[in-house]
Formats: sequence, C-alpha cells, structure tokens
Amino acid sequence: MQQIIYFFIKNKNFLLFALLFLISFVLTLESHSYHNSKLISSTNFLSGKIYTITSSITEYFDLKQQNRILLEQNSMLLKYQSNTNKSIPQKELNNALSRNFEFTSAMVINNVYGKTNNHITIDKGHNDSLEVDMGVISSKGLVGIINKTSSKYARIQSVLNTKSQINAQLKKSKHFGFLTWNTQNPHVVQLTEIPKLAPIAIGDTIITGGNSSIFPKGILVGSIANYTLENNDSYTVDVTLFNDMTNLSHVYVIKNKNKKEIIELQSSGDAE
Amino acid sequence: MNFNLVAMQNNQIVLNIIRFCTFLLLQVIVLNHINFFGYVNPYAYIIFILLFPFDGNKTLLIFLSFLLGLSIDLFSDSGGVHAAACVLVGFLRPILLKFSFGVSYQYNVAKINKVTFKERLLYITSMVFIHHFMLFSLEIFSLHHIALILKSTLFSGIFSVLLIVCILLLFKREEN
Repeated sequence: MQQIIYFFIKNKNFLLFALLFLISFVLTLESHSYHNSKLISSTNFLSGKIYTITSSITEYFDLKQQNRILLEQNSMLLKYQSNTNKSIPQKELNNALSRNFEFTSAMVINNVYGKTNNHITIDKGHNDSLEVDMGVISSKGLVGIINKTSSKYARIQSVLNTKSQINAQLKKSKHFGFLTWNTQNPHVVQLTEIPKLAPIAIGDTIITGGNSSIFPKGILVGSIANYTLENNDSYTVDVTLFNDMTNLSHVYVIKNKNKKEIIELQSSGDAE
Repeated sequence: MNFNLVAMQNNQIVLNIIRFCTFLLLQVIVLNHINFFGYVNPYAYIIFILLFPFDGNKTLLIFLSFLLGLSIDLFSDSGGVHAAACVLVGFLRPILLKFSFGVSYQYNVAKINKVTFKERLLYITSMVFIHHFMLFSLEIFSLHHIALILKSTLFSGIFSVLLIVCILLLFKREEN
C-alpha cells in the first residue's frame, strides 16, 4: 500500500499530464466527430461577450464596404420588386417561398477561415429562436449551417469546413452534388459527385439544391472555376464563391417553417 | 529577509496572472485573426509557459498550461487541441530546459534574460515546434494531410518564434 502511494507521489507530474492530455484528446475527438463539440465552444457567455466587444470596435473599420454591400443588395431587391409587380404568377411563387422560409438578420462577431474546420460566431441565439441545422447566407451567397446555439450566440459551421456537405446544383441543368472544401483556398470550394453526363462549362453558376430542408432552392453559391473528371466517372468542380468568406459582417439565418413536417415525412418513409 | 522573500513570491504570482490573461486575450483577439498568406497564424501565448519561473512548481505549471490551452480552445472552437499541445510542452519543459541550458539550469539560470541568445533561441524554437506539431496534428487529424501538418507547423512555427523573440526583446526588464 505504501509503495502504491509512494509511486503516485513520485510520478504525480506524469500522471497529471496523462490525465489532462487524455481529457484534451477526448475533447479533440469529440470536435472531430459529426455533430461536434458540445462542451467547448465559443457560444459561451465569456467568449461571446468578449467577441461582441471587439467586433463592436472593429466593425467601424469596414463600415464603408459593408454599406456598399447593403446598397447593392437594396438595389437588387428594388429591381426584383419592380419586375415581380408586373408578372403575377412569379409574385405568387414568391409569396409561397416567403411563407415557407423566415429570415433573421444577425451580425458576425467572430470569423475564422485559416483552419481546416472553420466556424463563425454570430450575435443571436435561441432567444431569437435560432436553432441547430438552420442555414445561413449573406447578401451575396451561402455561408454555412448553424451547429450550436446558446441563449445569445450561435456558432455556424462554415462552408470552409472539411465536415461540411451542402447540397448544391448546376443552375443550368439541375445536376446536383455536394459542396466540400479541400482546405487550400478560402475563396474556392469543391462540388463533388456531379455526374459525367452533366454539361459543364467554366463560368457556370452554382446554386443550392432544394433537396435539403435547410436551404431554399436557388441561393447563389459561386461560379465554376475549373473541373476535373474523377476515377468514379463523376466531376469534381472547383467553385469560386460569390461570397468573400474572409470579410463577413451581416448574415441572414433561414428558418424553414415546414422542416419538422418534411423530416417526419422522410423518416416515416424509411420505417416502411 | 523573510518578508522580502514573501513579497517577491507575491509579485511573481501577480505577474504570472497578468501574463496569463494578457497573452490569452492577445491571442484570441489579435493573433488568431492575422491569417498571413491565408492561413498562417502565430501562437505566441506559449510565452506564458516559456517564462513561468524556472524553479516554480512543475505540477502547477502542467495544470496552468492545460487551463491556458483550454481557454484558447473556448475562444477558437477547436475542441481540445490547444489544451493537449500546451499540456505536452508544460510537461516537457524541464527536459527542454535541461536540453537548452545544460543540466545545472536550476542553479545558475534564474531568469531567461541571463542566458546567451543562442541558448535562449534553442529553448524557444524547440518548445514552439513541439507545441505547433502537436497542435496541427490534432487539429487536422488526418494522415492524408501530413504535408499540410508539416507545412503549417513550419510556417506558423517560424512566425511564432520571430514574434516571441520580438516580444521578449521589447519587454526585457533590466536586471539590477
């Protein structure tokens, strides 16, 4: 017995090291698993508060550019509105879309894009009825999907994340694939599993597909920069994002009101 | 005499607490957002571990290293990668000290400013590269991307070493 105690005292540094290293390793593993890190995240009170303070200072530095982006979006919406007033069928379609999806604006308070698994923190949480698995876009295009919320903050798994797999399609031909990221360039993501038959040309537009209940169909993603034919007879396409992921400030969170119904329907189909 | 010693110890404790908070905030507010060449960030917060008193309690250092790393992880949504890397260098520090300054470091070196520049650089570099290698291995966590791990370690490592040397030169306190 005495020897055991002696052993513990003698090796206490190593044992403490082993214990703490194991804890951090488990936390790391958890962050690499699919629906990740529930324990350690920047949506907690302290880091949320500090990021809010720093972003309230730094947002002044690119106020001019953000104003310009908002103006561009305004003019685009005005143009859209004046066009839709003329043609009634499209207006009805538009109403149907807005009935199914709700948009909430939010501010980015922390944006990371230099790592392999990047996250963005925004200043609204489930107090503003944001939930996990809601899509996030900016005025220019796709940003990511919420994967953790606290009462006042939410964390977005950005498209610049090796774990992201977002359904997207060619605007011209409706062939769809999955958006992934190969960590090389924060302006370019990869669209995989596009069938060989699909007509592809450099410069074509990529939009979100309507196959997921997260994003409405037709959110802009980017344009084709390059494509290669893989061994399994499908294209991997390099997509230049319309969005500048390195400079995000205002984003919109999309809530699909029919999501619960869609998921229930899909899971009941599986059971049969 | 005894009173002086206690005052000095209190001074050390306050100094280390300030250092802990300062480097934590510096890292998460400024250094994590530099993104040199798109992805290279310096991780200079390990200065806290580098400068922790050489004759201080080793067990305490391991625990504080873990706490520092975990705090960084809290801010940067990285699971436990910083905590793991920090705990490793905190544990290995006595070995690195011996390796850099010779076996008798505890007796003749009380402050990092008293050793030669070459020895200091060796100490900083070895710790930075061990820390960064562990950090990127866990962060990227894939054998397919071993080249990316090594590349990130090298670039970030050089950046961190330069920054740490600069910070240490700037805040060098004159010894009386």
